[in-house]
Amino acid sequence: MCLGIPGKIVSIVDVEQQLGLVDVGGIQREVSLSCVAEEGQPLEKYIDEWVLVHVGFAMSVIDENEAQATLAVLTELGEMQQELQAMQQGAS
Amino acid sequence: MKYVDEFRDPEKAKVLINEINEIAERLSVGRTRPIRIMEVCGGHTHSIFRYGIENILPKSIELIHGPGCPVCVLPMGRVDDCVKIAERPEVIFTTFGDAMRVPGSKKSLLVAKAEGADVRMVYSPMDALSLARKNPDREVVFFGLGFETTMPSTALTVLQAKKEGITNFSLFCNHITIIPTVKAVLDSPDMQLEGFLGPGHVSMVIGNAPYAFIAEHYKKPLVVAGFEPLDILQSLWMVLKQLEAGEAKVENQYNRIVPEGGNDVALEAISKVFRLREFFEWRGLGSIDHSGVQLTDEYLDYDAETKFSIKSISVADPMSCQCGEVLKGVIKPWECKVFGKACTPEVPLGALMVSSEGACAAYYQYGGIEIDNEEEIVEEAVS
Ligand code: SF4
Repeated sequence: MCLGIPGKIVSIVDVEQQLGLVDVGGIQREVSLSCVAEEGQPLEKYIDEWVLVHVGFAMSVIDENEAQATLAVLTELGEMQQELQAMQQGAS
Repeated sequence: MKYVDEFRDPEKAKVLINEINEIAERLSVGRTRPIRIMEVCGGHTHSIFRYGIENILPKSIELIHGPGCPVCVLPMGRVDDCVKIAERPEVIFTTFGDAMRVPGSKKSLLVAKAEGADVRMVYSPMDALSLARKNPDREVVFFGLGFETTMPSTALTVLQAKKEGITNFSLFCNHITIIPTVKAVLDSPDMQLEGFLGPGHVSMVIGNAPYAFIAEHYKKPLVVAGFEPLDILQSLWMVLKQLEAGEAKVENQYNRIVPEGGNDVALEAISKVFRLREFFEWRGLGSIDHSGVQLTDEYLDYDAETKFSIKSISVADPMSCQCGEVLKGVIKPWECKVFGKACTPEVPLGALMVSSEGACAAYYQYGGIEIDNEEEIVEEAVS
């Protein structure tokens, strides 16, 4: 819950609500981009960017290296499985 | 050093360990007890155990595992309130999975669910809000938990609910805030600490400025740290360097994620929706002034405590639980009388056994092998 999980923004779902589709370890779900979106910038600009996602909200834009390293640590901590399961459940 | 080879950069790790050893040795001259550094965040605790960091540190450094696991500090009375709300027939009670097994005085949410209450695990407060949209004839309650890391997500969800005029959604708010918590730790006579590893993802939201008082007023170093083992080593080294130089500053080891000023959108949402409570009860630590938040008057319609007239009563932990002493770092988890016996991750008595970020669960999972070695450290610390 407290550690964020890296995901890659695949598409924009709702511009008004600032929702994007984010791929996390092969699971895609809607994530709010409102904490990373810069005012006056089109949301499309974030497609293909990596973000750190906390309970469904992208909180920080990160680079790919950081994303991969974080994914590795989360896997070792056993948090990856748990988060992905929770995500899948939430999506249904 | 069996784990060091797994680190992102083993060479750098070895250099850091050497430096840490050297500084610690110099600092130990004339000291009668170890240098105590607290990692505030449960994520750090988990990482420290997983990578065996305590075992590669010199014995003159003791890590104190702080109260930064929101699930672990949830008091029994609040869990009882959850169960009470969840058992109402009109309610769909939504929660993060971590909180399902936290014991209340009679039962956990998991047991309430097995007995028929409509308790559902969600990944995000947004999922709770969409349940409210889909079930207009039910009351959907979201169990809000966590420090400033998860607080913005709850705040933004409440804002969205109001914007859409959704009225069958409410929040049972148990969010807690980091600064009063650290202050309570600093003011506690039980805790003689030399420095802090600051939480990474909380700081991503609040930035570094709120910690300034720790350096200025309490004259303790704090280094905001990342979660990888190398981050933790580097941050410890930064704390030790400050101690050796007689300095007390707030430094940011995790600047690749933590911006100086935090996240504006998140902070704005928090300040719109939440205000500080007079006090909030913590499991094992008692009441800490201004450590919890509640909804502001403008959003009171979304407050489950108001909606369902919940009057929180505090309930004492079972006698055999020593969670409070573990939380304060007064005893180590395995020194609790019920550790690994009446209290295990499968059947937790105390909340520190529930979450992987809790010190007891972390010791139970990873710590067993080195306990002998650790006991020596404790004996030394005491003598
Ligand atoms: S072993 Fe159980 S009861 Fe004892 S301190 Fe840990 S969580 Fe609490």
